[in-house]
Amino acid sequence: MTEPLLSVRDLRVSYQVGRSFVHAVDGASFDIPKGSITGLVGESGCGKTTVARALTRVIADNAAITGGEILFEGRDLAKLPEREMNALRWRDIAFVPQSAMNSLDPVYTVEYQLGEVLRRRGGMDRRQARKRSEELFEMVGIDANRLNDYPHQFSGGMRQRVAIALALALNPKLIIADEPVTALDVIVQRQILDQLKELQVRLGLSVILVTHDISVVAYICDRTVVMYAGKVAESGTMQAALTAPSHPYTMGLRNAFPDLQGAASGVLTPIEGAPPNLANPPAGCRFKPRCPFALDVCGSEPPVVDVAPDHPVLCHRARESAALRIEAAKTETWMARA
Amino acid sequence: MNIVTKKPEVLVSVHEARLHYQVGGAFAAMRGKSTVVKAVDGVTFDIRRGESVGLLGESGCGKTSMGRLLLKLEDTTGGSIHFDGEELGEVRRHRLKKFRSRAQLIFQNPFDAINPRFTIRATLSEPLENAGIPRSEREDRIIKALELVRLPEPEQFLDRYPHQLSGGQLQRVVMARALILQPEFVVADEPVSMLDVSVRAGVLNVFRDVRDRLGLTAIYISHDLALVRYVCERTIVMYLGRIMEDGPTEDIVHEPLHPYTKALVAAVPVPNPDQSHDPLPIGRGAPDPRNPPSGCVFRDRCPSAHARCASEVPQPRPVGSRLVACHLF
Repeated sequence: MTEPLLSVRDLRVSYQVGRSFVHAVDGASFDIPKGSITGLVGESGCGKTTVARALTRVIADNAAITGGEILFEGRDLAKLPEREMNALRWRDIAFVPQSAMNSLDPVYTVEYQLGEVLRRRGGMDRRQARKRSEELFEMVGIDANRLNDYPHQFSGGMRQRVAIALALALNPKLIIADEPVTALDVIVQRQILDQLKELQVRLGLSVILVTHDISVVAYICDRTVVMYAGKVAESGTMQAALTAPSHPYTMGLRNAFPDLQGAASGVLTPIEGAPPNLANPPAGCRFKPRCPFALDVCGSEPPVVDVAPDHPVLCHRARESAALRIEAAKTETWMARA
Repeated sequence: MNIVTKKPEVLVSVHEARLHYQVGGAFAAMRGKSTVVKAVDGVTFDIRRGESVGLLGESGCGKTSMGRLLLKLEDTTGGSIHFDGEELGEVRRHRLKKFRSRAQLIFQNPFDAINPRFTIRATLSEPLENAGIPRSEREDRIIKALELVRLPEPEQFLDRYPHQLSGGQLQRVVMARALILQPEFVVADEPVSMLDVSVRAGVLNVFRDVRDRLGLTAIYISHDLALVRYVCERTIVMYLGRIMEDGPTEDIVHEPLHPYTKALVAAVPVPNPDQSHDPLPIGRGAPDPRNPPSGCVFRDRCPSAHARCASEVPQPRPVGSRLVACHLF
């Protein structure tokens, strides 16, 4: 792997809820190489959105980065003064929030909102901003004469395209998109993903795609970071994670997915149980209560094992992963615990 | 298949059903600007007892409206729907109550479908109360319904509130509520779209299992063919209020015939890094139900559209095991 664009080391983010602390992200480490699309996958409450937001330091009022480093071009974003951080947003790192409707203000035209970013942050004048807006609309495949429309005049898919145009406005190096296609129909979803991939290749962007949908990740991502209960369970190339998943959670996710290519009679196997409450996580491995392969040793903190170059796995039994994969493919393995 | 031989084989019969909405309001009407949205526009199909049928399509295709018509949550503005031989338009008062216990809806979002201030016991008691089940029997029925949807140790859930349950558990409660009056027919509207992937499979398995055990006739509404394939042997593909294709799910998955179905099948992402990235065989843009194209409603996005598609509405025609509404066939 070449020098990463972004390197996250032992990141910790906590929320204060009443008098207790919820450690939503509890020691996450991963790298984002230049010019790649990385899928940040996990189920609700695993901390993926919190990680994504922490990278731009746009986190909730009751949350704080309590440890770790976010290295971006030699600077640690976790400790950067707010003024310098703010200068980085949009210009170097752009964030596309979940559901495009939330990122667009319903009372202003789309052109006004694009212009705001281009003029205030990009220092363009009105005419330059208009020209750039037209360019951006062309890039995401919307007719430029719709610039004067309001967000409600666009369909869900078009709004998502507008949100992508907005993120691209100042030519950032990294785009973080939080569930960009979750609320969309399959056809629109596919068209947006194709568009995103095309732009990523053409502009040489790095993209972090936050999603719970492993098939979306498989479709456009080069790499994946699988999160579970505030920790990175496994990360590596897409090929490695899908053909040789080495954390039992990733193996379980593969089974739970309905597949159009598989046999019709195939039975889906759920991962029984629910993720732990992060206000009071279990000792040791956090997947232990749901894991069919848990041993006594799993009660202690699991090590990060490099099962292959560029493929770290957070599991006591990572070295046995080839054998576990065979077991994990069987439905009985997962039903036994139910 | 669970077909009782004494009864007629067809449970639900839909003939040229229409659901047209007037939109634009009174002022628009005065200026002659109101338009009609044809949510369901001349749909015909039969559902046999014990059959599971998927209603597949994008948002705005009329699949949810069709589901509401089947349950008489909405009345048709044209055509007819017969349930067990009875025209739904004629079903009123006590017969409507009876119908409601025989045909049930499983909601999409379990967090919205259940009153957050009701305990699980209260949530499940309500339908029993409405159906006049005596108080003494209710608790027993509730426990049985929760066991049916495989909630372990159901007693522990009775006094809990919805926020104390996980999404998967809550969706099982929603299912239990729909099943507690022992209906023959259920319509499930995207029942797992709000759930995490790891728990989805569990809910789908319960759905399949309950359906088979009770011999239910089921409609499963979704935009995801992979999910429909998992629970339904037959699929009806809708687009802008009309049926495009209707046939065995496996045939549709392996060899879609209608150009729209082809695009839908190609669009489903699969968890495989080596999948094809060919452009979808469909035009951009979303269907506009206020202003559908003349002739075939799909023609403005169809890669194979020709002159006849603009002038003539294609009628569903049998092609092998299927019905396809397209001039190519």
